[in-house]
This record gives sequence, C-alpha cells and structure tokens, in this order.
Amino acid sequence: MKQLVILSGKGGTGKTSVAAALAHLASEELPIVLADADVDAANLELILEPTKLEEHVFMGGQVAVIDPDLCQLCGRCHEVCRFDAIIPGEDTYRVDPLACEGCASCVYQCPEDAIHSEEQQAGLWFRSDTRFGPLFHAHLFAAQENSGKLVTLVKQNGRLLALDEGRELLIVDGPPGIGCPVISANAGADLALLVTEPTVSGIHDLERILGTVNHFRVPALVLINKADVNPAHAAGIEAYCRAQGIELVGKLPYDTVVTEAMVRGQPVTIYQPEGTMASALREVWAQVRQHLNGTGLSPAALRE
Amino acid sequence: MIIAVASGKGGTGKTTVATSLALAITTDALARTDLAEHANPADRDPEFVEGPLFLDCDVEEPNAALFLGPAFDQSEEVGILIPEIDLEKCTYCGRCAEVCVWHAIAVVGRKVLVFPELCHGCGSCTLNCPEEAIYEVLHVMGSLESGQAGPIAFGHGILNVGEAMAVPIIRQLKAKHRSGADHGVTILDASPGTSCPVVETMRGADFVLLVTEPTPFGLHDLRLTVQVARDELGLPVGVVVNRDGVGDAGVDEYCEAEGIPILMRIPLDRRIAEAISGGKALTEALPEYRLRFLDLVEQIAGELASRKEAQ
Repeated sequence: MKQLVILSGKGGTGKTSVAAALAHLASEELPIVLADADVDAANLELILEPTKLEEHVFMGGQVAVIDPDLCQLCGRCHEVCRFDAIIPGEDTYRVDPLACEGCASCVYQCPEDAIHSEEQQAGLWFRSDTRFGPLFHAHLFAAQENSGKLVTLVKQNGRLLALDEGRELLIVDGPPGIGCPVISANAGADLALLVTEPTVSGIHDLERILGTVNHFRVPALVLINKADVNPAHAAGIEAYCRAQGIELVGKLPYDTVVTEAMVRGQPVTIYQPEGTMASALREVWAQVRQHLNGTGLSPAALRE
Repeated sequence: MIIAVASGKGGTGKTTVATSLALAITTDALARTDLAEHANPADRDPEFVEGPLFLDCDVEEPNAALFLGPAFDQSEEVGILIPEIDLEKCTYCGRCAEVCVWHAIAVVGRKVLVFPELCHGCGSCTLNCPEEAIYEVLHVMGSLESGQAGPIAFGHGILNVGEAMAVPIIRQLKAKHRSGADHGVTILDASPGTSCPVVETMRGADFVLLVTEPTPFGLHDLRLTVQVARDELGLPVGVVVNRDGVGDAGVDEYCEAEGIPILMRIPLDRRIAEAISGGKALTEALPEYRLRFLDLVEQIAGELASRKEAQ
C-alpha cells in the first residue's frame, strides 16, 4: 500500500481539485482510499459527495476550569500562565478556553486546588463511501487546537482500512502551510505532489514546502497550476525544479472550467472529460503512477 | 483600529486585500498631510512613521513582504523556553515527567530526556521540580523581522522549515508591536484555516475582514471562519468577494441570510491575476482601486462607530 500526499504551501493553488481528479483517475485503475487532511477547512467532500457511514467524536486537548467558589483571587494562575489565558475578575479568575493550551500549569500551582482540567470535544471524524472509494474526513470545531492530532487520526484510519481491504493507494489531500497539520499529513507518505502556481507567492511557498518534505525525507513531484497566467514565472519554476533535481509532472492551464466542475460537485475529469484540463490531468496521473511504481507499488495493481 | 484579514480557504486573496488596504491608507494619509511627494516609492523617507502598521501573521507562508517590499532593519530569533536539567541537582524523582501533559520530558533510570518538538514551553516542569533542578533555554522556532515599507511600518514572523508550532511566533510578533507607536490603523494578515494560528491572529482585533470567492469551497470555509470570528470571538465581520462573477450565488445568499455586509467586490479579471503573479499590489497595478480600498476602510470605521453607538 502506497501513500500519496498532495501539498502546496500556499493555499488556493488547487490541491483539492487536483486530489479529486486523481481520485477519479486512480480509482479506475486500482482500489484506493481517500483522506482529507485539511481538517480546518475540509473541502474534498464537496466534490466527492460522500455517504457517511460512521461518525466519531474527536477529543482534543484539556482546558483549565476554575471553581469560582474556591478561588481566593490570589492571582497565582495568572502569574504562571504563559498563554494569556487567565482573565482576572472581581469575584473570581476565569479561563479563556480559546487561549488555554491545557498545560495544567495553573492546576498544579493553585494553592486552593480550585482549578482542574477538563477534556474537550474538539471535532468529529467520519468514514464515508464515495464513488471512488472510502473517504476518511473530519471537522475540527471552530477555533480548536490539535489539528495535527486529528489529521493523524484520519490518516491512520484510512491506512488501516487500506491494509485490511488490500487497497493499493491512499490519497491524502493536505492542508496549506508548513506547520503542524502539514507535518502530520506528510508523515509516512511515499510521495508528495506539490501543487504550485507561477506567482511570486507560489514560488516563495513552494520553496518552503519543498524544504519541509525534504526535511522529513519524502520524495516530491511538482505540478504547476494556472501555468499560463505568468509564463516567465512558470519557466522559473521549471528551472528551479531542474536545479533541485525535482521532477515537474505537468502544467495545467488557467481555466474556470475547474470552478464550473466544483459548482456541480464533479472532478473536472468527469465534468469535461474531453477538455484540455482533463487530458493534462490524465498525463499527471500517469506520471504520478509511474513514480509510485518506482517506490514499490505492487505490479499487480499497476498491470493494465 | 485593528483589522484582521482572514479567509478560511487559502488563495482567496487575503494578502492582496491586506496589502492594498495598507497602501490605500498610506496614500490617503500622505494626501491629507500634504506629503504627497512621498507617494513615489523612490522618495520614501524611512523615518516617516505615520502610515499604518502591517503585521503578516501567516508565519508558515509569509508573502506580504513580496508585495510591500519593506527594508528590514531589525531581526531576532524567537521560539519557546524549553527545560534543561541540572544533573547536579536532579534526584530523578520523575515529578517533571508526571506534570508534563505533552509527554515532552521522560525520566528513565538515571537519565532525563527532553523532546523539544513536543514541548509547548508552559514552564510547568520548572515550577513543579522540588529540587529547582530545571532551568529554561530558548528553543528557536523562527524569527521576526521588521522595518519600513515607505510609510508603512511592517513586521512579519517566519516559522522555520520543519517546525510545527506557528502560534508562539504569531504571539511574539503581535506582542513585539503592541507597545509601539500609535499607527491609527493596524492590519493583520492571517493564515488560511480556522484553527489556533487564525484565532491567535484575530485575538484583540476590532474587525475581521473575510476575503472569499463565490464558489462552494469559498462559501464552506467562509461559514467556518464566521464561526471563529463572530461566534467564538464575538468580533464584527464584513466580507470582500474576490473573483466575483465566477462560481455561484451561494456566498451572496449566505451573507444576506446572516446579515453579514459585503463591503467590496473584486471582479474575476485575468489582468488582476497576472499583475499579482508578478508581485504587484492590486492598488499599484490598477490605481483606480485606491479609492475603492479607502472607501472600504471608511465603511469598516463606520461599522465600528455604529456598533459603538448601539452599545
């Protein structure tokens, strides 16, 4: 079983639209599992129209709670909190649950034992069926922490099902950025597909996401989306990839057909199968598949 | 007035809107103070600090500097304080490991292991050590840089590649500039998403400007960001619809149903995409947008004033 993660650094370069198209194309050739690792803003389900089979509670971190009857207003909690999470008040100190990291430092320091930690429900995660294969996805509640932990949970479950059912490929749609949820999405991947765009921001962020996947020793491929918006920058990215020894697996045009497909809840490869966008994506999948093969995808899955 | 610019979904144009706001305010301030000659970047006086303060809080992918071109004159390494053990004093009692909720410290026989990548820098181990055998050292996770972009005071944080935690960098970026000069308007450019880095950016703002696009993805993530800004943090919100004309009517219907004002629309226009791809701010590529962004600032100020009156 192989794990492909789709990342970008910069947001809005087209990760999810590419992931949906690859899910469609891959599922025609081998059994796959999908995981949406962008748990703050999960969008893959908007294209895949999943049927939810299971719903599970995700318990996030702890939050401190002060008992107002016991609080003697000594202010020790406020003094030791490094997260500005304790708010002084007239009758009692209070905890700002959004700022609290759940470290329990105040719990141990309170001389009145007036503070305890409570575990918080931070989200939900789901197992669903889609026309391309099982999907694991999640909903982190607004303003919650621990998105990395939830990403790991979603991926682990996807991985286990793939192993159980002998599915050959896990496609992970990653979050933007380079921080904790990205590191979790990238963990254990056999290959990362980095979707970029030929803009100054896209290039800057490509360098940082490439640094991140290199840091964790995951081989990467690059795909340039909206390549014709700035051909000079697209050529710059190509040269950069060559210099870094990273293979460029394709260039997609700037085309609102992707948005039209999204509005209709379809991968662009189904919405307009004969279009230039779909044929470019088929070429991308062929190359990605070849690279996965190189990393040891079983020959049985790749006969065709 | 502190305006946070956020979106939920990535790539909707947060940085485009945030940088254009700062540049529009600047040209206005210059015009009003009769210093219009400084509007030409070549004549910018680095000592001139009357413009807005701009903080790029997307420390994972900080891009605003690419559009505003600040000259940095200050740089510092930042991170969190992590424990180090004074083995002369340590009795290996294991109390530090017991109180650490992150499992960032372990006592194995006569060894104390610290895992910096798990530590949140809360200091609980230090406070709980009965032998006072723990002292703390800075674990560098990134850096802060600041300087002037013409009249705009500029600061950003950069999370080091391979580091997981963005929040401590954002917290320190905001703290560093909190006590500075009064800039009139502060603009905070948030990262995509709706979790802790976005909350840390919005905290303490007066208004959250949500940049979205009229597509199912844009709408889905706009709803989540409204939950964070308006429902969790209790902040007033307004929407900028970018790439207006693409997609569907979902965002308009949602904003109307929720009573959220749409303060500006930027049409889907390939010229804009091309100008921005080359690193030009929108107000520089299409100067007619300056007045529209000034109008946007005035609308936000108006929203805040009418809320104040209502209270």
